[in-house]
Amino acid sequence: MSLISVKNLYKEYGDNVVLEKLNLEIKEGEFCTLVGPSGCGKSTFLKMLLGQETPTRGTFLFEGKPFPKEPSVERGIVFQRYSVFSHLNVLENVMLGIELEKSRFFGKLFGAKRKEAKKIAMDMLESVGLENSAYKFPSELSGGMQQRLSIAQSLVKKPKLLLLDEPFGALDPGISADMHTLIQELWKKNNLTLVMVTHDLHEGFHLGTRLLVFDKIRHDPHAPDRFGATITYDIPISDTSETTLNKIDKSIKKREKNDN
Amino acid sequence: MKRLMNLRPSKGTAIFLGLLPFLLVAIMYLFASDARLAENPNDKLLPALTTFSEAIDRMAFTPSERTGEILFVQDTVSSLKRLGFGVLISAILALLMGIPLGLIPYVRNGLSPFVAAFSMVPPLAVLPILFIVFGMGEIAKVALIVIGVTPLIVRDLQQRVSEIPAEQLIKAQTLGGSTWTIVLRVILPQMLPRLFDAVRLTLGTAWIFLISAEAIAATEGLGYRIFLVRRYMSMDVILPYVAWITFLAFLFDFIIKKFTYKMFPWYTAGKETK
Ligand SMILES: Nc1ncnc2c1ncn2[C@@H]1O[C@H](COP(=O)(O)OP(=O)(O)OP(=O)(O)O)[C@@H](O)[C@H]1O
Ligand SMILES: [Mg+2]
Repeated sequence: MSLISVKNLYKEYGDNVVLEKLNLEIKEGEFCTLVGPSGCGKSTFLKMLLGQETPTRGTFLFEGKPFPKEPSVERGIVFQRYSVFSHLNVLENVMLGIELEKSRFFGKLFGAKRKEAKKIAMDMLESVGLENSAYKFPSELSGGMQQRLSIAQSLVKKPKLLLLDEPFGALDPGISADMHTLIQELWKKNNLTLVMVTHDLHEGFHLGTRLLVFDKIRHDPHAPDRFGATITYDIPISDTSETTLNKIDKSIKKREKNDN
Repeated sequence: MKRLMNLRPSKGTAIFLGLLPFLLVAIMYLFASDARLAENPNDKLLPALTTFSEAIDRMAFTPSERTGEILFVQDTVSSLKRLGFGVLISAILALLMGIPLGLIPYVRNGLSPFVAAFSMVPPLAVLPILFIVFGMGEIAKVALIVIGVTPLIVRDLQQRVSEIPAEQLIKAQTLGGSTWTIVLRVILPQMLPRLFDAVRLTLGTAWIFLISAEAIAATEGLGYRIFLVRRYMSMDVILPYVAWITFLAFLFDFIIKKFTYKMFPWYTAGKETK
């Protein structure tokens, strides 16, 4: 059975058709990267996977059941920014997920239970390479370190699905290369299912197991909102070649130019 | 020669420049006072320094003949009690209202228009009602401060809560937080330093209401005293009292600021990068 199953899905904001006729099956353990022109609805799709938005029409199943209508622990998220808590230090940021689960009323652990949570969080920090910054506040971290922290925060919940919306988009190229290695390691080690939106087609091409391209098939120049985007390419990464990459790159660039 | 906007005074010069206006005002006062007193030795408007020191000695160092208490201390203590209670109650109420208003759509839709309308009521216009309802005692004066200050802090906190990035609130939900635990662990701790900031900024307003209430109905207090001695044109008492009130206002502002920075290191760190 697929983890995520999407059939003939539509998402509209009023008259603006963002996504149309979307069909997709994602199995457990896949690492999907999602690319497409700006404004084509990638973030919107991720928000639906997260439970922050609901589809207008269509079948949308998570483990064979309708998607929960609000964010929950099964689905972790890493945003481009602002997803760490500025008032907690690095260690506390990671412990929070454990504390919220184990202490339903106070959301805070004390004594032996706290120690235990601290140990789990410390191990998690080690696996993202932040063990030496455990007592720093997020404002003292670099952008790349903040993203590592955000990933660690989510992973401590052992989510069935981890969603990433342009997680490395704001980082320097050198640092994002490190992050690629890290995310691949974590994906293998934790048997994660990942869906990652990216602006960088090369990132999408080399990182995951499967590349999804969102784009509009039909386009009405007089009413740009009339038709939505759908999946135009759905290819296993092993099949990708430079020629396909160039072809997709051209089609995305063309669309973005048309829109502007 | 650099542009004026790029010239920076050295540390010593900066301190001197800061003191200069104070010095100038003091000197101007002394000249003006001398001139007036030379013309009319009984002039009350600008008393000489000796007159001040006599008045200060009378008010702050000699027990009152009638009650045996030192008036200045008595005035200060009762005023600060009113101010303290008023501000403390306002801060607690504001926290209890501001967070739900900023976070929970049902509360916001239900109460926002009411809070907005309520905060438009001029508190001093309500003062007679407070005196009628609570009598002329302490409660009415504290209530005036609460009514005047709470809406200001509530609106500030509501604004701050709604400024918390949506990403954080969603992240907290994916970490397993309920509305209550998210308030407890994410929102409240981020709001505390902002509450102190808001209290600091509304302290001036709180003083206004305190002095107004004391001027109208009290038997002691800093505001009561200056309005009482006004009848005898006792500038020798009024001016030191005004200076003392100003100093207290400055002191509280300073203490709260230092305390906030010490208690919430992450708060200042975030501010510096902005
Ligand atoms: N809450 C909303 N209300 C109305 N329209 C929205 C809303 N959120 C998104 N949209 C519209 O949906 C479309 C897709 O937006 P989305 O953010 O999903 O694009 P995207 O593919 O993530 O773009 P980018 O690559 O720039 O991040 C846009 O036209 C946007 O205007
Ligand atoms: Mg986006």
